[in-house]
Amino acid sequence: MSEDEKQGGTGGRRPLVQEWPLWEVFIRSKQGLDHKHCGSLHATDAKQAIQMARDVYTRRNEGVSIWVVPSNAITASDPGEREAFVDPMADKIFRHPTFYELPDEVKHM
Amino acid sequence: MSAKVEYVLRFGDNSLILGQRLAEWLGHAPVLEEDIASANISLDLIGQARLWLTLAGRIEGKGRDEDRLAYHREQQDFRNFTLLELPNGDYAYTVVRRFLFDAWHCLALDALSGSHDTDIAAIAAKSRKEAEYHRLHSGDWLVRLGDGTGESHARTQAALELQWRYTAEFFDSDAVDAEMAESGAGFAAASLRDEWLEEVTTVLAEATLKVPAAAKFVSHGKRGRHSEHLSRLLAEMQVLQRTHPGAKW
Repeated sequence: MSEDEKQGGTGGRRPLVQEWPLWEVFIRSKQGLDHKHCGSLHATDAKQAIQMARDVYTRRNEGVSIWVVPSNAITASDPGEREAFVDPMADKIFRHPTFYELPDEVKHM
Repeated sequence: MSAKVEYVLRFGDNSLILGQRLAEWLGHAPVLEEDIASANISLDLIGQARLWLTLAGRIEGKGRDEDRLAYHREQQDFRNFTLLELPNGDYAYTVVRRFLFDAWHCLALDALSGSHDTDIAAIAAKSRKEAEYHRLHSGDWLVRLGDGTGESHARTQAALELQWRYTAEFFDSDAVDAEMAESGAGFAAASLRDEWLEEVTTVLAEATLKVPAAAKFVSHGKRGRHSEHLSRLLAEMQVLQRTHPGAKW
């Protein structure tokens, strides 16, 4: 933390009286598919977050349904634990269903 | 100019001029999210204007297309409500203007959806869904600002006092309105007043805002008599086509 920030300064950014909470936005692109994370935005409450998500993330007809979740409600894995957490999975090819032939008719796999 | 051309131009110019005013918020709105929302709504309105102006040009039959009508008419030839050409002011002013118009716009498009003229009815029906979202959006902000902080309340009330008098024009009828209502292609301007007032009053109450007193003043933008602000708006909107007529990209 810089000396400026320690003293409650804003490090040259435009000072906001109160920063609006951050929300994560999930969009379902069409019926039957999962909601997918597509980004985040600032809004004062859930209703406004939904409305803003509609304007920011679905203006090119991207979605049929929107979820918003307060960003601080999300618990994330620790990037620092990557070696123990993620790497051991990299060489377990027997866990990947790559030995099956997929018929062409099967979509979304 | 026939009553129908005049009438269709009024709808086209309302959408065009408000769309242009909203576009002025690009890069200047209070937060990024509102910047994008304003641009979306502006583009909805300009899309509606394209349909109305194309139809007006076709009925007129003098070979004027949407671009000709948008970029090569003089101020006195525009038929938008005076309210819509007033400068943006602060965000409260913009929100109040939009809400007063959006509430009227939804009712007007509902009325036009039953028009005996199938072209008019089709454009009205298409625009109606967009107008519904615009009204939700501006109504939401009106309540947030009106029932917000002391400062936001004061600014919103002030914006309402300044703009309220211009809404009389929505319900002011002239020969064009009368002829269109008579033929079943349009509606009687005054017929929307009660429903509009009731709806607006309800939302203003929720926003803890006071309904201003009615004034005698009636603006006449829809008859081509505008404030001094429209010419400046047009100068900016039309400069490219006036400088390079027919330019395309």
